Amino acid sequence: MTPAVARAAARVGPAVLAVATALSLAAALAAIAGSDPATAVRALVLGSLGSTANVADTLVRSAPLLLCGAAVMLAFRSGIFNIGADGQFLAGALAATAVATRIRPFPGQFACVLIAGALAGGAWAIVPAAFRIRRDVSEVITTILLNFVALYLVSWAVTGPLQESSRAYPQSAAIPETARLARFLHGTGDRLHAGIPLAFGLAAATGGLLSFTTFGLRLRAAGLNAPAARLAGFPVRRDLAVAFALSGALAGLAGAVELAGVTHRLFDRFSPGYGYTAIAVALLGNLRTPGTIAAALFFAALGAGASAMERSAGVSAVIAVAVQGATLLAVAATGAPALARVVQRARGRGEAAASETEAAAAAGAPRGA
Amino acid sequence: MLDAFLAAAVALATPILLAALGELLVERAGVLNIGLEGMMLVGAFAAAAAAASSGSPLAGVAAAAVAGLAIALVFALVAVTLAADQIIAGAAVNLIALGGTGALYRVLYGDTGAALVLPTLPRVAIPGLSSLPVVGDALFRQHALVYVSLVLVPVLSVVLAHTGLGLRLRALGEHPLAAASLGLRVRGMRVAAIGASGVLAGLGGAALALWTAGTFVEGVTAGRGFVALAVVVFARWSPWGTLAGALLFGLANALQFQFQASAVGVPYQLFLMLPYVVTLAALLLPAGTTRAPRALGARYDRE
Repeated sequence: MTPAVARAAARVGPAVLAVATALSLAAALAAIAGSDPATAVRALVLGSLGSTANVADTLVRSAPLLLCGAAVMLAFRSGIFNIGADGQFLAGALAATAVATRIRPFPGQFACVLIAGALAGGAWAIVPAAFRIRRDVSEVITTILLNFVALYLVSWAVTGPLQESSRAYPQSAAIPETARLARFLHGTGDRLHAGIPLAFGLAAATGGLLSFTTFGLRLRAAGLNAPAARLAGFPVRRDLAVAFALSGALAGLAGAVELAGVTHRLFDRFSPGYGYTAIAVALLGNLRTPGTIAAALFFAALGAGASAMERSAGVSAVIAVAVQGATLLAVAATGAPALARVVQRARGRGEAAASETEAAAAAGAPRGA
Repeated sequence: MLDAFLAAAVALATPILLAALGELLVERAGVLNIGLEGMMLVGAFAAAAAAASSGSPLAGVAAAAVAGLAIALVFALVAVTLAADQIIAGAAVNLIALGGTGALYRVLYGDTGAALVLPTLPRVAIPGLSSLPVVGDALFRQHALVYVSLVLVPVLSVVLAHTGLGLRLRALGEHPLAAASLGLRVRGMRVAAIGASGVLAGLGGAALALWTAGTFVEGVTAGRGFVALAVVVFARWSPWGTLAGALLFGLANALQFQFQASAVGVPYQLFLMLPYVVTLAALLLPAGTTRAPRALGARYDRE
């Protein structure tokens, strides 16, 4: 293969493979469940892309995945194994709800709601950062534990201090109009909200931060080889804390956006595992912005399509999760390292070595002493 | 009262202990498997389905072991044989298990079907020892999987520290290339370790479905696989530490049930939080110097 062809294949290959895997698996699962595979696949595709309302549904679903995906991308590239986006998402939603429902409505309140979400998410991430920096405790363990603490904190809040005044359901009161995000293109089902362009913008900004700033360079250096970064005189510990907080802030903002843009209420089990799915999104996107955006849209389309499939073909929508997993597995299995090797040869040795190290770092390879 | 409390703590620790011991094994061999949660979930589902259809809890245990092995081998194929990224493969296993068991459950038992009522594992009393005060019920009047998990702790400890097999396994985790240059079959041994961990995670799922939860619902593991992952790090990759971590979690969990039953007026969610907060607090204790296996999570691609 010529280098150009190899590069093109490496770019497009995973995407084609992902779509093909998803569709064929959905058909197979529909057949197992006793439905007509053709009807199921049609519903899956049309349900995500078939009409402007369905496209809008896909876009609405992509926003939390994209923001949490950007959070994971930032952390993993910096050598921080943040499994805690789900907890940070919930912490953000919780703080956002408090600001939205416990303060008398005022114009522009939505901005304070979003800021509260980002701050709370960042604060929630500072805890594992401190554990890692001060006590050398792996963030894998602390972020996982804090996810559960956040889960029960929300569960308590919506049956306690933040519960709606009628106390009928385990949920907060609806947030006031002033706290909600503006909607646009009302003809598309009136669901598109300002948080969606914000999510796309911040995902791009995260990639820009990593690629084009000195801070981003220091983060990537720390992610690739922390001892070397320290030797080079980089303030690795401080950068690590800031990156962790930024990652948490992105996930916390996702929680606030979901509240202010979509649900308008906080309730028990507010996150259907966005933070965990976001890890898959970021990894499927190869921890780069364009890939992460594509993966978030793809996973969101699968979710939207699976809901349609459940309605019209009687195939349970939870299948979407299995399809997401199988897609990820298929791309991982074929994308690396066989295909990667071809690309590396095409790109020349120096670059290849760099990308290999980076891949190892992204995979949570030991950071050294 | 104390007897019953300790017995509950050990039983609650068992699913986590089984899964964590398996994870310990693969991590010492240099593989990071974050798909542990999914493997437990598959085991719990297989245990529930087999036990419900046959009426025999032991059939459930066997099915869980086989199912855990099967999904572990899928993970091994992708993460070891094809040398794909271990984190990605593990994350994929979690998604596949969650979606797959959820969808299968609905196909088999209907969308709104009531939770399955399952036969529970029988308690087996060890003659003599089970009448000991305080620890009798906790350690010697439990179901078979509790004994399996407790016996595995010293066995794994000795195997890892004092046998050639253990040394070879640890070599894979420290420096796979060096191990390979000495003639060790890195991939074969890693696949075997992953297979063993799949069986253990499956058994952990069975202990959950056939005892702790007594049923199967979507996502019944509720993060226990992630907790087991955390316990291995907490334990600094030692079997005895893993036992301590799992027991700590079991104790906090049992305490939570006690509080829920007795303390009126305190929100139950605060008690549900307890095991996680206690584990976090325990991490603040001074730790030893043991570190992670050096090659943990790194891709091994011999070319």
